[in-house]
Parts: sequence; structure tokens; C-alpha cells
Amino acid sequence: MVGMTTRTSAIEVAGLRKSYGDHEVVAGVDLTVPAGTVYALLGPNGAGKTTTVRILSTLLPADAGQAQVAGYDIRGEADRVRASIGVTGQFSAVDELLTGRENLRLMADLGHLDRRQAKSVVGRLLERFHLADAADRRAVTYSGGMKRRLDLAMTLAGGPRLIFLDEPTTGLDPRSRRDLWGIVRELVADGVTVFLTTQYLEEADQLADRIGVLDGGRLVAEGTGAELKRLVPGGHIELQAADSERLAELAGRFPEASRNAAALTVTLPHDGSLSTLRRLLAGIDDDAVTGLAVHTADLDDVFLAITDHSPADEFLTEVPA
Amino acid sequence: MNSATYAVRDSATMLRRNLKHMARYPSQTLMLIGLPLLFLLVFVYVFGGTMGAGLPGVPAGDRADYLTFITPGILVMAVASVSISTAVSVATDMTGGIIDRFRTMAIAKVSVLTGHVLGAMIQTGLALTTVFGTAFPLGLETAASTTQWLGLAGLLALLSFAMTWFTVALGLVSPNPEAASNWPMIFIMLPFVGSGFVPVDSMPTGLRWFAEYQPFTPIMNAFRGLLAGSPAGSDVLLAIGWCVVIGLVGYLWSRYLYRTRAGN
Repeated sequence: MVGMTTRTSAIEVAGLRKSYGDHEVVAGVDLTVPAGTVYALLGPNGAGKTTTVRILSTLLPADAGQAQVAGYDIRGEADRVRASIGVTGQFSAVDELLTGRENLRLMADLGHLDRRQAKSVVGRLLERFHLADAADRRAVTYSGGMKRRLDLAMTLAGGPRLIFLDEPTTGLDPRSRRDLWGIVRELVADGVTVFLTTQYLEEADQLADRIGVLDGGRLVAEGTGAELKRLVPGGHIELQAADSERLAELAGRFPEASRNAAALTVTLPHDGSLSTLRRLLAGIDDDAVTGLAVHTADLDDVFLAITDHSPADEFLTEVPA
Repeated sequence: MNSATYAVRDSATMLRRNLKHMARYPSQTLMLIGLPLLFLLVFVYVFGGTMGAGLPGVPAGDRADYLTFITPGILVMAVASVSISTAVSVATDMTGGIIDRFRTMAIAKVSVLTGHVLGAMIQTGLALTTVFGTAFPLGLETAASTTQWLGLAGLLALLSFAMTWFTVALGLVSPNPEAASNWPMIFIMLPFVGSGFVPVDSMPTGLRWFAEYQPFTPIMNAFRGLLAGSPAGSDVLLAIGWCVVIGLVGYLWSRYLYRTRAGN
């Protein structure tokens, strides 16, 4: 186990910047992560999440700004930072030619544990990550979820008190995703600090104590899930039109609505109250709408409201006047 | 523990990893060792009769004479053959996610490369032993003294060390493992356009000029001289010089590439 400093912040970042040519990938990020908490960096592809993780985990030098990780300066004390952290990157970092057990042993040896410690750590991690049965199979034969678990187990072999997880559940099936969430929760229960990036709002909402929304290299919002949800007034209603003619009719009736021509849906802002819902539906013919969904405000709305990108952008068409 | 102890310990860990890779895929090691042996057998048994008769300064040369003549070239090929797998495994490490994992750990940075170098040296040792183990029963003749044998062993070790660092650099400079596997083919072919299989005097002018001055020629001449028990001092010095140059360029180039590609 690596001793932590007495500081209560696991990560402190001020004015972090990184550019590639003219393109500013990280454009002045400030954030603080208290020890023992989970911080989720949320953002679309290209927002600068991975670059931020690479800088904080000493893989990439920043152009400007200060960062203390586990109490050490990432520039001047990189080796001390490395001795305190564990990193699971976006791409699998397991040695596929080795077995699960050998991969973990490699990490324990590189973490400079003695023989007996290494053996017990490896055994414990295999049990904990449900890899004991597959321990002596080559990692190349593992499923995606198993590889991801092995990857995370390898990150923990040196006993880090702070771990970085870059999009830990990308590409996993829903069951594996939930398994991984469970593991992260266990880690936090043990007092480990977790800094993760994700594109999934649900994931951030499920796991994180604080969420930072990153867009274009800037933190555009930060807070708890509940705080962020208060940033948008309400949810929305989605109406499924019977055909494209009805869709145009609905869109014409509600100028504030956005229309998805491909899915034949119209989305209206809605504050969640029954009276507004009744009023909205009052003038609509029974056969014009084949489906109705009411969404209360969730992080998706927050995300769309503050980042100004909608995943459905390309399908949205202007409402004809 | 201080940083030097860590460097040794981490390099040993990385070497263990590379040895496990070799043990897991013995077919690759067997192929690397088999390639020079195949050349040896083909040249001795297919071409040997005719080629042996054509060797200058050997009256009524035969298969065994030709075997003795080409053994130095086969030794160089064995070293070059192993370097293929070195370049490929370095490139595989650098393009996979594992290098980033190593870089975020508090380990001696150089250990990733030294693990490959040490592993390759062991493979080369196996390959060279196999070449000698085949050539002697087939009739390799040598008049080398104990000192000359030690000199030969030292020169072979120096060559494989130099070639390994050079191919580590090639592995680092390659964008992917496939590209890395192409490079060392050049080294396998070089003994042919040198003094490996025919005397360079028998080549046309332009080719002869290249053959005389390319680094493997003095190295193969030095091996041949040592095996015959009459090494020419100039060949040995030139061979050592070339090995030092190749090794130094390879090491410095590797270090530079590793820093730029693998960061601080």
C-alpha cells in the first residue's frame, strides 16, 4: 500500500491547458477531487476527457497549469504520482499472450511487492474479479467483459489509493457494465478515490459524487447529479406521429418543439405537471399520435442544454414556419 | 531500494515476461532458429558440391570445404533472424495499450527495452548454438585455439548485442508490428551480397564494391579467420568497430525514439 499525504484532496487542478497545433484540446480546466470520492468527467467524444486523464496520469505533459495528484506535482514528482495511482486506459492494456494470473503477477512484480505479498494479492484479485476459474487461461481467450475486469484488477495490483478509469464501460454489454459499477462502488467503500470519464450520463449519475461536464476542453458545468438536474427547468414529452403528414401538423402546432423526421417524433419541453400535459394534448386528434412518452428531467437534458450538442442533431430539421 | 536496484529488478521482471512469450509460442523461436539452418542445409547439400569446387585457394574443394566457408554467413543470418522477432515484439508493445500501463507505473523506464534486449540475446544464443551443433557433425573444420574460440564467442555476443539494439530502434520506429517485420529481412539478405556465400572477388564491379564495404563482410571475414585459426587483425578490428557503431547508433536511436514515442 502506498501512503497518502494528509491532504484531503486527491486531485487539484488549476488552469490546465493542452493544445495540438492550433487546436486547444484542454482549454483551462480547474477541478478538485476530495479523497475517497468519485469524480466523473462527462463529455462527448473529442471533449478532452482522455487528454485530461493522460495529463493527470503523467502520460502527457501539459502546456500550462498546475496539477497535484495524490499530493504530488505531476511535473516535478511524476514518479511519486506514478507510485500512488492506478490507470485503466480506454484501450485494453493486458498482455494477451500471458494468462490472467501471469498478468497480475507481472503487475505485482513491477509494483515491487515481495514474493509472498505478490502471491496473496494475485489470488485475492482473481477471486474478487471473478477470474479464478479462468486464471490459467491466456488473456487472448477472455471475453470483452473479462478482459476489462482483468485490466482493472491489474490497475489495483500495486494497491493504489487513487485510480483513473478512462471510459471503463465503453463497449461492454449491460450486464458487464453493471458488474463494473459494482466493483467501482466496492473500491470507494474501501476508501479509494476514483476519477473516471464517461460518455454515459447514467453512469456518471450512478457512480459519481461530483460530475464535471467537459465540452470543447472546458468545464461547462460542475456539481452533484442533483445540482446539475436543477440547471434545466423540466423534462420533455415525446409524441410519436402516425405518419409524416401528422408529424408536420404536430410540428406546426408546437413551434417550440423539435422534430425528428426519421423517427417521426416531436419533442416538447415539459415541466412535469399534469395540467400542462392536459393542455398540450387537448387539441391533438386521437389518431394523429401512436405513442406518448413523458420524460422527467435527467442528466441527458442537462447535457444537451449545456453542451449544445444533441446526439440526434443530424436528424433534426427546422420546423417549417 | 535505490533506482539502480529497481532497474535490475524491473528488467528481470520484463525479461521473465519475454521468456514466457517465447515459451508460449515455441513455434516462432523454432522458425527463427530453423531459417538459418535451412539455408545451411540447402547451400551445403544442393549447391555445396559445385560451389566447393569453385572456392579459390582450395584445391579440389568439396562440400565440407564449402560448409566451412559459409558457416560465418550462417552465423550472421542466425543473429539477423532473431532480430525479426525483436523488432516485432517491440512494435507490438509500443502499439498496444500495455506500454501506457507501464509508463504510468513507478518502474525503471529502460526496463521495457532491456527486457527485450536480454530476451533476444538468449534467443540468439540458442540459435548460434544450434548452428554450431549442426555444422560440426556435418563436417565443419576449425583450427581455432581456445583464445580464438573465446574471441569468436565475444565477437558473436557483441554482434548480437549491437544488432538487437539496432532492431529495437527499428521496432520503435515502425508504426505497427507488420511494418516492423519487414525491416530485418534486409539483414538476412545482406550476407549474400557480402563475403558470406561466395568470395567477393567473383562479383561484378559495382556489387563487389558494395560487398567489400558493407559492415557484415569484415564481420564474416573475422569469424572465418578465427574459425580457421588465422584471423587477420584488420578484419577483427573492423568487425569490432562496425559492431560498436551499429550498437551505439541502435542504442542512442532507441533511447531517443523511446523518449519521444513513449514520452517523458
